[in-house]
Amino acid sequence: MYKAFLVKYAEIGLKGKNRFIFENALRDNIRRRLTRLQSGFAVSKEQGRIFVECPEEYDYDEAVETLQKVFGVSGISPVVAIEDITWENIEEKVGDYVEAAYADKAFTFKVEAKRADKSYPVKSPEMCSRLGAYLLKRFPEMKVDVHKPKVYITVEIRNQGYVSSITIPGPGGMPVGTSGKAMLLLSGGIDSPVAGWMIAKRGVVMEATYFHAPPYTSERAKQKVIDLAKIMAEYTGTIKLNVVNFTDIQMYIYETCPHNELTIIMRRYMMRIAQHFAKESGCMALATGESIGQVASQTMQSLAATDAVCDMPVFRPLIAFDKQDIVTIAEKINTYETSILPYEDCCTIFVAKHPVTKPEIEIIEKSETLLAERIDELVQTALDTVEVITCKAEK
Amino acid sequence: MGIYLDNAASTCLYPEAEEKMAKAALLDYGNPSSMHHMGVVAEQYVKEATKTIADILKVSAKEIIFTSGGTESNNMALIGAALANTRAGKHIITTNFEHPSVYNPLLFLEEFGFRISFLEVDEQGHISLEQLKNTICEDTILVSVMYVNNELGATADVTEIAKTIHGINPNILFHVDAIQGFGKYRIHPKKEGIDLLSVSGHKIHGPKGVGFLYIRDKCKVRPIIHGGGHQNNMRSGTLNVPGIAGIGAAASKMYRNLDENRKHMYEIKMYFITELLKIEDVTINAVNYDKERKIVTREAIEATAPHVVSASFADVRSEVLLHALEGKEIYVSAGSACSSNHPAISGTLKAIGVDEALLESTLRFSFIPETTIEEIDKTLQALKELLPMLRKFTRK
Repeated sequence: MYKAFLVKYAEIGLKGKNRFIFENALRDNIRRRLTRLQSGFAVSKEQGRIFVECPEEYDYDEAVETLQKVFGVSGISPVVAIEDITWENIEEKVGDYVEAAYADKAFTFKVEAKRADKSYPVKSPEMCSRLGAYLLKRFPEMKVDVHKPKVYITVEIRNQGYVSSITIPGPGGMPVGTSGKAMLLLSGGIDSPVAGWMIAKRGVVMEATYFHAPPYTSERAKQKVIDLAKIMAEYTGTIKLNVVNFTDIQMYIYETCPHNELTIIMRRYMMRIAQHFAKESGCMALATGESIGQVASQTMQSLAATDAVCDMPVFRPLIAFDKQDIVTIAEKINTYETSILPYEDCCTIFVAKHPVTKPEIEIIEKSETLLAERIDELVQTALDTVEVITCKAEK
Repeated sequence: MGIYLDNAASTCLYPEAEEKMAKAALLDYGNPSSMHHMGVVAEQYVKEATKTIADILKVSAKEIIFTSGGTESNNMALIGAALANTRAGKHIITTNFEHPSVYNPLLFLEEFGFRISFLEVDEQGHISLEQLKNTICEDTILVSVMYVNNELGATADVTEIAKTIHGINPNILFHVDAIQGFGKYRIHPKKEGIDLLSVSGHKIHGPKGVGFLYIRDKCKVRPIIHGGGHQNNMRSGTLNVPGIAGIGAAASKMYRNLDENRKHMYEIKMYFITELLKIEDVTINAVNYDKERKIVTREAIEATAPHVVSASFADVRSEVLLHALEGKEIYVSAGSACSSNHPAISGTLKAIGVDEALLESTLRFSFIPETTIEEIDKTLQALKELLPMLRKFTRK
């Protein structure tokens, strides 16, 4: 039934002179995603929204689902096409559309009509009033409200006529690629994919770094992280994933430093390494899934201790989220099922029974001096042996 | 391609099986139920495989039912026999270290009013015949034991068990899960008093997705898969001709060289265990040996299956050691210590009384006749390198 979509965006409308950059990015992102679905979608930029013409045969649900994953889209209106644009036919077909789309016609409405083709005999304001009158006559239960209508019925005349009235909510946010790049510390858990998704939603391109510790973590744990990155990529676009072998560093810290400081010192080295890759590929910030007080390494003191080794901003979008709220998003974006697969990650092995919860930076720094002999060489090896995996969306 | 010592999990396909399977799938792909020539040709593969297997077991061809593998064979044997014999009773006996494909169908039956008794096993994984005798009741209809335990290589004396059962009540059915035993032992159900016997294809160098169940003639079993009435109405579904051809060819080869195969694997096992015991803090499970002096006899080894070694390495987590060996391209399996709240299944290792501290420190090494002493030496060498390193980093 629907031959096209009107894609609406909200925040982009606010961006003064840069507006075209955002609009172009959104158009290109939509085009890229839909083309991956199938060829034949025509995506064009219009005043204040994006118009998607669909191929003859396409899967409506799949197309909507795809558009709902494009950040920057605030609403998606499926559109019915009217081939014969003689005025009488337009009236009748708009009426038929309302007939089919709304079982209960007791609602207030307003018609918004436009003619792209200025030679069309009926002018826009006249189209609105004449269509309004036609609908009122055909469906007496309907009522006009030009200020706060329940339903906007949008009609456009181009080479064909187009009518729409339903708006399916989009994900909101900003088009990916319009806000720079950030490096996500991606573990196999529930939180970090959600954090990455949230940052990407603000238009940020994501890269990711994962730390694995063979033989203490398995190949399946690594595969799980790759799978998570691929699910994220359905929203964020392709993610470059750095897989860092952390075993030797972890073991060296374990051997050398006080056991209750193991996790916090490990976290500091992870941040350092992630920051190295971040700088190398032009990221402007790090991103983590931390939330205040969730575990020992996420107390305010611990966060300060990990921040202290970074000289770029660390984004923690989940900082004030409860676990359940994070889970709700993870379920919505479909990472939850993968996140809860039971493979041990490198943070949980060798963890102390009573890790420090209020680390003092001076003390941690002093403990780290014990590592002086070999740590630089081990970090260098970790950097040199990084495995880079390109994680593309699979659908 | 590394050293694969996880042959109790799955084995490589024998080329003889591959050849038959390819021919059945690519050339003679007719449906064996079809009336025309292509159907007749396809049926020949099934007949040939059936005969091969029946000859090995010394049973008749009509007593072999092909299934989708070991799990289905066990399900069919237990659920099918239980359903067909409810008039005689609703009591079933098994052991407390069975494979989940036996244990879970029995739990399923429990939901439908069957009573399940679980016999304890000793350090060698043997049940007590006395306990078995005492557990058999008026309404016992079925006893199920495994020929070779998949995690330990412990073996059951099926002849004695059958004698005990049938001495009390000849109508009680005796099911043997021989998924790890077939291809390693000569099994003759008629002579040994076995009524039902489960076998899987991919444990004997056949393909995955095929197995069979021997059902003694006149033994009452209800089918669990219903449809077009294939295999005398016992197991509906178009016959998996390539799979069946594959399991037949693999079984044939396994038994052609059985004696040499067994001898070779016992030598490997003897050597491996002797050397393992020289490493600090290693214990061997299910083998009866002198734990003080760490001496094992050939006789004790031969009381267990030729292809499985279960060893515990104190102070190392099995998963970590497994992945560390994997790093050296040596593939083994973790002796699972899965515990359940059900008192009967406390895990195979627990069942034979493995020390609590070693439950999560146990690995299983499993061989095929092609396993070489060099591979074992390399594995021992890897263990000697890895163990001190991994033990240094135990949890504080």
